[in-house]
Amino acid sequence: MNYPTELKYSKTHEWVRLEGDMAVVGITDYAQDALGDVVFVELPQVGRRVEAGAAVAVVESVKTASDIYAPLAGEVLEVNTALADKPELINQSPYGEGWIFKLRVDPAATTSLLSAAEYQALAESA
Amino acid sequence: MKTTPLHPAHLALGARMGPFAGFEMPIQYTSITSEHLAVRGWVGLFDVSHMGEFWIRGPQALAFLQFATLNDVSRLKVGRAQYSMLPNAQGGVVDDIYLYRTGEEEYLMVVNAANIEKDWAHLQALAEGFRVSLEDASDFFALLAVQGPRAVATLQKLCEVELENRKKNDTFMGRLVGKWVRFARTGYTGEDGYEIFVAPDEVGAVWQALLDAGATPCGLGARDTLRLEAGFPLYGHELTDQTNPLCTPLAWVVKTQKDFYGKGALLEAPCPRRLVGLLVEGGVPREGYRVWQGEREVGVLTSGTHSPVLKKGIAMAYVDSSLATLGTSLEVEIRSRRTEAKVVEMPFIRSSA
Repeated sequence: MNYPTELKYSKTHEWVRLEGDMAVVGITDYAQDALGDVVFVELPQVGRRVEAGAAVAVVESVKTASDIYAPLAGEVLEVNTALADKPELINQSPYGEGWIFKLRVDPAATTSLLSAAEYQALAESA
Repeated sequence: MKTTPLHPAHLALGARMGPFAGFEMPIQYTSITSEHLAVRGWVGLFDVSHMGEFWIRGPQALAFLQFATLNDVSRLKVGRAQYSMLPNAQGGVVDDIYLYRTGEEEYLMVVNAANIEKDWAHLQALAEGFRVSLEDASDFFALLAVQGPRAVATLQKLCEVELENRKKNDTFMGRLVGKWVRFARTGYTGEDGYEIFVAPDEVGAVWQALLDAGATPCGLGARDTLRLEAGFPLYGHELTDQTNPLCTPLAWVVKTQKDFYGKGALLEAPCPRRLVGLLVEGGVPREGYRVWQGEREVGVLTSGTHSPVLKKGIAMAYVDSSLATLGTSLEVEIRSRRTEAKVVEMPFIRSSA
């Protein structure tokens, strides 16, 4: 299982890549492996304002449907429309082409997130 | 939790295990979709040893089975098999089964793992007054399913008994990698293939030989998506103690010209709702989701999944009988959102079988 150290993580298995005041969000390698083949993704509305911890997207695998939570409060700037035709990108490239949405955030708020080591410990103790 | 004789083999392959009908079973080895497509495109191998097997023997075996099952057992010749169901007294279904005639007065009944105890008690009670002996042989058989367009060719390389020119539902004994097994040209995937009854202490060798011959190990996850694409029911979902088979596309199983247990109740029960196949747009339909037409709730899904072949949602549902005609437009509620659904013919896909 892969836990890139340059990313931040949530306890609910999302990753966050901070680019200035923009946060790119996806689900972790651990999460995509647990879900299995992703076959459908329900994306949030661009422009929607979300609270930290709000359910904003849904990832459906063959086995189950899983809510995806906003790791930080902010405004949805962009969603990964490629997932409509290729939801399997989440399995194939969870930290790359399988990103799900981008948020405009307050960069100071990211202290609530976990480091790669902290997230790995949490994921592997589950 | 019970296990099958192949449990160590599943663990060795790194299978993701899960509970099913009291057994710890492989759900997937790599991914449900890749295993599904292996069966549609080449050959897959399933451990279905959790299924139950009963022997029914004796001079009145036929008379008993005519009474205890819905299909016409008098048409079943030695070496042939038929799909059937066990009716209850209320017009519902105790279980759906496969019946193999293995001798003049000998039949093998394969039942769902979740129903072994219920079926056994039911059949024991029903057998009173018939000159038959029943034997629960569930622990004496392992069962493999080898399914896919290359299933027969793959098996043929491992045995001398002729497999290609057998008909669907033929069953016979033969040696496979030197072990005596019962072959049956049956399955639950919609593909050509065989199911193989083998002694528990010999199944490991057969399993390994089939893997070595190129069969992809497949778990119960793919078994479920395959049977759904093929339009086959799963007991506890489409069929239950409360469902009348005459309200389903499986009404052909019910042979009304013969007498059977609970016949009056079954024939009299109305069909307020009927079982249909649904093609669902935008989302993955799942069991329990509600079906709507406008503001009227008109049905409920009994099974649903994402079809790896169609790349769309497929489902089975009981819907109001007036809406059960092919082409009817309905809606399925997927997490508080309505999505379009259409009543379509089953099987959902064409296949090699």
